[in-house]
Amino acid sequence: MDFSLNEEQEILRNMARNFLTKECPKSFVKEMNEDEKGYSPTLWSKMAELGWMGFIFPEKYGGMEGNFLDLSVLMEEMGRACLPGPFFSTVILGGISLLEGGNEKQKERFLPKIARGEIILTLAVTEASGNYEPEGIETRFIKTNEGYTIDGTKVFVPDAHIADYILVAAKAKESKGNNGIALFIVDTKSHGITVTPLKTISGDKQCEVRFEGVKIKEDALIGGLNNGWSIIQKIWPKIVVARCAEVVGGAQEALEMTIKYAKEREQFGQPIGTLQAVQHYCADMVADVDGCRHITYQASWMLSCGLSCDKEVAMAKAWCSDAFRRVTAKGHQIHGAIGFTEEHDLHLYYKKAKTWELFYGDSNFHREIVAQQMGL
Amino acid sequence: MDFSFTKEQESLRQEVRDFLEAKVRDGEFQVKSNGWVESHSQKFSKDMSSRGWIGMTWPKEYGGHERSYIDRAIVMEEMLTYQAPIGFHFLADRQVGPAIIHFGNDEQKKTYLPKIINADISIAIGLSEPNAGSDLVSVKTTAIEQGDFYIINGQKVWTTGGHRADYIWCLVRTDLNAPKHKALSEFIVDVKTPGITIRPIINMAGIHSFNEIFFEDVKVPKENLVGPKNRGFYQLMAQVDYERAGLERLMQNYPLFKNLVEYVKNEKRNGKALSKDPFIRNKLAELEVEYQIGRLFCYHVAWTLSQGRIPNYEAALCKAFCTQFEQRLSDAATSVLGLYGQLMPGSEYAPMDGDAADSYLWSVSYTIQGGTLEVLKNIVATRGLGLPVAKS
Repeated sequence: MDFSLNEEQEILRNMARNFLTKECPKSFVKEMNEDEKGYSPTLWSKMAELGWMGFIFPEKYGGMEGNFLDLSVLMEEMGRACLPGPFFSTVILGGISLLEGGNEKQKERFLPKIARGEIILTLAVTEASGNYEPEGIETRFIKTNEGYTIDGTKVFVPDAHIADYILVAAKAKESKGNNGIALFIVDTKSHGITVTPLKTISGDKQCEVRFEGVKIKEDALIGGLNNGWSIIQKIWPKIVVARCAEVVGGAQEALEMTIKYAKEREQFGQPIGTLQAVQHYCADMVADVDGCRHITYQASWMLSCGLSCDKEVAMAKAWCSDAFRRVTAKGHQIHGAIGFTEEHDLHLYYKKAKTWELFYGDSNFHREIVAQQMGL
Repeated sequence: MDFSFTKEQESLRQEVRDFLEAKVRDGEFQVKSNGWVESHSQKFSKDMSSRGWIGMTWPKEYGGHERSYIDRAIVMEEMLTYQAPIGFHFLADRQVGPAIIHFGNDEQKKTYLPKIINADISIAIGLSEPNAGSDLVSVKTTAIEQGDFYIINGQKVWTTGGHRADYIWCLVRTDLNAPKHKALSEFIVDVKTPGITIRPIINMAGIHSFNEIFFEDVKVPKENLVGPKNRGFYQLMAQVDYERAGLERLMQNYPLFKNLVEYVKNEKRNGKALSKDPFIRNKLAELEVEYQIGRLFCYHVAWTLSQGRIPNYEAALCKAFCTQFEQRLSDAATSVLGLYGQLMPGSEYAPMDGDAADSYLWSVSYTIQGGTLEVLKNIVATRGLGLPVAKS
């Protein structure tokens, strides 16, 4: 057993932290939350130069061949910085889907462009039902002579407003139940696509995407016609754990912010950190954060070793979803009124905690998987 | 990072499991929650000793095995899974031995360590007093120098297993004038010394596990002082990190947890398996997640020790987390069983022979013994996070 990062991971972490401290201060995060696009193309290029976009791609696609555990170290730092922009959408949702589900031609076509920071991708699975079940997919495709036509509406699609391509899960027109789901990569400039941003609490960009008679070519199909759901299932654990890694960083930052405040802020003639109630809250926060770290890195390590870990992944998201929310709520309680202001930074994390809880299955969703894994 | 065990560690685990399976088959003990606390078998401890499972991390020079803390955690995890009767050697192995290794002199190491390792002696811990629980600096029992001896007078309380021990590890006041924390010392005291009276205290689970111990002009040879005189408090601060770190804080009710999961699968209420009730599924899954995180906390502490670092805030955090899990487990178990949740061991209607009710009663003590939850959180906050200590 070894709970520590290796030397390369330490270097990666320090490099990422230094870079993001400089390039992504909280003022920038707030600016981007208000910004229509929600990201800075300049920062995006710099991240691409560091090799982050192709971090886990094979070298032949312009990648750095990092493993998933290394990527988690990077995601943790992004979560800590509350990094705005489409990294998660492009690399985790889009890149990993193509890496795991795409054919050679598709990988050659898209992955190097992702690695160079030239294109932004996202994945559209959820619909009006708001669930992550195959039953929830009502978007339909029809086979045509040239390719396919897609009709339907996706909701909660991250960064679709700036995406160059959307990977979309659709069901064959004639299909009933859970069968016939296919995954397509669609150019957002295609005729018939309407993207409408949704107003959410955290300032990150999510959209409704309407597909009305959108015509795509044969080569837009990723995997076989009936393989869409199995690709989603295959990439799902990585999506979930990458999100958990962001939670680890975000929760750690919220904790550190709070400890600093508890040491500085004086009431009744001494720092509030001397008060037992405050100390106990802080101790609870550490338990939550360290719990997030251990359970997430365990799952991440298992994924990078190719071990089967459905239960560990579900445990990680079940814990992180609730723990991050608890940590930021206690952080607010300790900060008092100042934390409730817009100028303070804590609300960025409080909002993220809720958004990240709701994405890719909340704690109840994942505890149900744990229950199944326990044989219940 | 690596969350796997080595091949040797996997085979160690299997060896321990085989050993325990054979013991259960032979009827030497029954797998039952809280089993290890209540049972005390020198024979069992001697069998463990012959396998090299006592003093696992200690120096070879004194009969130890110089194995890693992870190895020790593996053995402990299996012992607790089966709730094996490890009470005879447990406190000496967990706490007293490491204290002697760190603070004892050569003579003490040669005298006590091999005896602990061979399960020749059982040792209880006498720290608390009627007015010194969390505030151990306030202990009033005195040990006053007189020639080649110290004369001990006073009273200890909550001494687990004191009635079966050969020795008591005592925290006493050796200086009546110095500041409180600079006046304490640690002694190892033979219970057969004249002047010692041991009285049972029955806990609310109906078990005689606690004792109160009275010392009346008890003459203890000077060589029984462990470490320098008046340094006892500082020694103790390091020792308790060992006490708080173990899997025993997580797994006291492991059989209950395991059996509860099986129980809900097989039991029907209102024509439906209990396991199909969404609230029960959610509750048990929640406990499972907490259990697995607690397990990672425990192994993280063992790993920290194996790196040569004292896990002081991590150990406090680990104990705080794990004991709360155990309380929630016993509470959930009694609730899931409905009316049957209140039935004590021995009742003919009691599912799992009353393990749920029994654990529910025991669980009150988990967040008190070895440092209350609140004291542990203060340690995490002040030692771990560097929060300031209140002006007194």
